[in-house]
Amino acid sequence: MSILTFKGGIHPYEGKELSKDDPIAEYNPKCDVAVAMSQHIGAPAKPIVKKGDAVLVGQLIGEASGFVSANVHSPVSGTVKAIEKRLLVNGSKSECVIIENDGNFNEIEYEHPKPYEELSKEEIISLIKKAGIVGMGGAGFPTHVKLSPKEPDQIDYIIVNGSECEPYLTSDYRRLIEEPEILVAGLKIMLRLFDNAKGIIAIEDNKSDAIKKINELVKEEKNIEVSKLYTKYPQGAERMLIYAVTKRKINSLKLPADAGCIVDNVDTVFGIYHAVACGKPLVRRVITVTGDAICHPQNFLVPIGTNQRELIEAAGGFKSEPQKIISGGPMMGMAMSTLDVPVVKTSSALLCYIKDPLVDITQTNCINCGRCVNVCPGRVLPSRLAKFSARGDMESFLKYDGLECCECGCCSYVCPAKINLTQAIKTMRKQALANRKK
Amino acid sequence: MNELLNVSSNPHIRDNQTTSKIMLDVLIALIPATIFGVYNFGTRALLVILITVAASITSEAVYDLIMKKKLTIGDLSGTVTGLLLALNLPPDLPIWIAILGAVFAIIVVKMIFGGLGQNFMNPALGARCFLLLSFTGQMTRFTLDGVTTATPLYHMKNGGAYDVMKMFIGTTAGTIGETSTLAILIGGVYLLIKRIIDFRIPVFYIGTFTLFAIIYSAANGGVDFKFVAGQLCGGGLMLGAWFMATDYVTSPITPNGKIVFGICLGLLTGCFRMLASSTAAPEGVSYAIIFCNLLVPLIEKITIPKSFGKEAKKS
Repeated sequence: MSILTFKGGIHPYEGKELSKDDPIAEYNPKCDVAVAMSQHIGAPAKPIVKKGDAVLVGQLIGEASGFVSANVHSPVSGTVKAIEKRLLVNGSKSECVIIENDGNFNEIEYEHPKPYEELSKEEIISLIKKAGIVGMGGAGFPTHVKLSPKEPDQIDYIIVNGSECEPYLTSDYRRLIEEPEILVAGLKIMLRLFDNAKGIIAIEDNKSDAIKKINELVKEEKNIEVSKLYTKYPQGAERMLIYAVTKRKINSLKLPADAGCIVDNVDTVFGIYHAVACGKPLVRRVITVTGDAICHPQNFLVPIGTNQRELIEAAGGFKSEPQKIISGGPMMGMAMSTLDVPVVKTSSALLCYIKDPLVDITQTNCINCGRCVNVCPGRVLPSRLAKFSARGDMESFLKYDGLECCECGCCSYVCPAKINLTQAIKTMRKQALANRKK
Repeated sequence: MNELLNVSSNPHIRDNQTTSKIMLDVLIALIPATIFGVYNFGTRALLVILITVAASITSEAVYDLIMKKKLTIGDLSGTVTGLLLALNLPPDLPIWIAILGAVFAIIVVKMIFGGLGQNFMNPALGARCFLLLSFTGQMTRFTLDGVTTATPLYHMKNGGAYDVMKMFIGTTAGTIGETSTLAILIGGVYLLIKRIIDFRIPVFYIGTFTLFAIIYSAANGGVDFKFVAGQLCGGGLMLGAWFMATDYVTSPITPNGKIVFGICLGLLTGCFRMLASSTAAPEGVSYAIIFCNLLVPLIEKITIPKSFGKEAKKS
């Protein structure tokens, strides 16, 4: 089996050994949950419950308010306490349904769909839509939209992204080795939607046990294969992954579907399986609670909406007061100013550092060493783009393909002068993308 | 728990490479050439090296102090400049000229343009060329074992005898650090292994120059490999190709630009050395490099890499 990869990238400290060995533990929150209506790209869901309503696990509480939007369901049973704006991890305030958790986790009666082999394409899509499945790798793009490309016949690859290239994260890894048969079944459901597609489960070679297990499982499957990826960050970035697997390149203006690919994260495929095979909505996800500040780093299957502070206690509390907490991995995650934010569908990890790794770093002049250029998977010139951003030169920024940056952070990571290149480029990209929409 | 958490934009981790560590690696890579220079030319060479380095560091510190800037000598780039300049000076140069060179390199070429990263020309070579023009006599008088001798390149140009093996080992006349091809190659390989420099500039520089020398000798009565080898080992080519042309600040950042830069250097050095009139100096590496330093913005402009997936943009 050949090892696939892309040009550029970095090898940061992986930190996966902290949390990779313990099985995923189910965690039931003790306190109220705050379920955000905007956990995805697109229009926020509309709350359809009101204060005082009794809700059960799996009950629809927020209705998708457009095509690019997603349903939201109650992850607990109890009473709706309030509907109010709450701070989310990305710093925005979103409307949340606050549910007083009765601790019983009484579920609604799920409608059991027909066996998925007998379902039509439309029925599958509608089940996925109903269950509120979104891309759980981080982007949060509604999955039913992704699975409805303009020309479904042109899709020849369904790629399950199991690379998990972000350091410290092990939730996908645990999913892969604990319930690989569900992943394969989920992929089979997806393959039913695309007549010409082949399923690829792409996994980095630092998870060789997972590769072996799944290879064993798909031995008899004609159109499912495992791809072994070279362990390198950002191997799991959509464009890099598509290139590694298919050698097709797409730029920022294109969608994976333009290259005949649909890419979905491991946890998303689990969501698809539960939605289509069991009729269950997305109310829980796996989240890695880790970092040197955590007593027992491990993975939890938690209800969406759980207060993240509870997760720290669940993982044995802090060993030592943390200086920095990140939602997600250290490369693309978001630094948190407070732990009092709810888990959303895209929360992949809670990473706590005793010491902020950036605290002792001082920035010096760019020496033009070219390290940022060598690692950039987008093959642009980060140091130049950052300079254009600093002086507000949009024209040059666009001319030098600033929009092709995928914000992976490799340039900032390797810069010996410790310049915040990614931050500078992101700032101007945001502006450029806003202009593009006008 | 206090809720005073640090926040920052991603990424939240950095690798441990820093500018000063890179400069330290360059200094380490220069150790073989430095030691050989002292061995070859004696304690007088050591004196020139120490004084030039000290003068470089001092001028940077004094400049920072006067301009009320943060002290920048910790990045070690001034030390590198001082050492490189010293290795490009004749061992018997009057000390005051060496000091003048160091001050010129640091103050005029580097600091007044904004310090490290802002200079458009290699400081050590800028200073060397300044000294060559101002003190031509002292700068081109080379002694070995107390006797004034011509450099092997001079002999090659004027039909004298030269020993390629001696030139490779370095027991010939020349500037302090340029004579030993072997010692410089050891340093160059160190820089490659530690990934401090990219192979493109030295390989394309030396490669182009080699081709130039072969063609030149072929056009002048048959390919003469002894001549080609002598040209490669003689003068400042090796020191220039591995340590001066690869200076980050004054070389292109684009991968293809590095290739173009190397080719330009090889052609120019060849022209200066072999096509110049017989009364001109037999050496041309320093001038070739500082001239090409000035071309860097142009080279970068024509070698902007294709971004990922750009080929597919039109379809």
